Amino acid sequence: MQFFGGSEISPSPPTPTTTTGNNAHMIYIFNRNGVCLLYREWNRPLHTLNPQQDHKLMFGLLFSLKSLASKMDPTSADKGNLGVPQLPGQGCSFHSFRTNTYKLSFMETPSGIKFILVTNPRTSDLRETLKYIYNLYVEYVAKNPLYTPGTPIRCGLFNTAVDQYVRSI
Amino acid sequence: MDTNDSLRVASLWHSMHAISQQLSPTTGCSEIELLEANTFDLHCFQSLTGSKFFVVCKLGTQHMEALLKVVYELYTDYVLKNPFYEMKMPIRCEVFDINLTQTVQKDRVALLGR
Repeated sequence: MQFFGGSEISPSPPTPTTTTGNNAHMIYIFNRNGVCLLYREWNRPLHTLNPQQDHKLMFGLLFSLKSLASKMDPTSADKGNLGVPQLPGQGCSFHSFRTNTYKLSFMETPSGIKFILVTNPRTSDLRETLKYIYNLYVEYVAKNPLYTPGTPIRCGLFNTAVDQYVRSI
Repeated sequence: MDTNDSLRVASLWHSMHAISQQLSPTTGCSEIELLEANTFDLHCFQSLTGSKFFVVCKLGTQHMEALLKVVYELYTDYVLKNPFYEMKMPIRCEVFDINLTQTVQKDRVALLGR
């Protein structure tokens, strides 16, 4: 798993599903403090909560799931207590879960940036996709001198690049 | 993992299940069926009565849903039909345990034989 290999964006990974295009519902990007840096939706017929609550709930869900995964890990000998915040590389972390209506793929970078992609349940493993999106983030957001870390992303180029790439999944 | 931890994990799962239904982009979301982590997979099966069955397996193990359904059948046969079983108490039934181990062994043999 290489986050820092090369400065150019690697060519986009092959589309992971058999039915191409328009498989994604929405994307969230959070920083380590729970601030939602980006939320974009392309296909979301049902809105149960207002956006603020939605983001908080999503962040809380991920925190609990990571805690649960590291506790349930059958391979590690020493597991921390439930509810103890885990550092980004520490312990076993989940990378996706699936329900009957959606599949949520998750990736956390060493700097604590969390990428969440919600797609239809038949998509296959999306870890490479999330890495590509992380590369887009590095190029358009992290390297942007006008961007203040910890604030929501307001970069048109980044939004367009993400939209374009995600529509092809 | 001791009983206290199991209780904590179970209640955590229950809340996460509810939250994941709230966050669904479309209607009709029932439950988390599969959680994929770095070193293991967790499959969940929910019966019509709301009892949840979990299996933790190695990455990429196939046909765990079928196994869970078989376990559900064993549960109804050996636990629910047992007149001495009290609802919501831990299951202490030897026959259930024996059959459960046998099913898992059979499954393992079948998987390895493939």
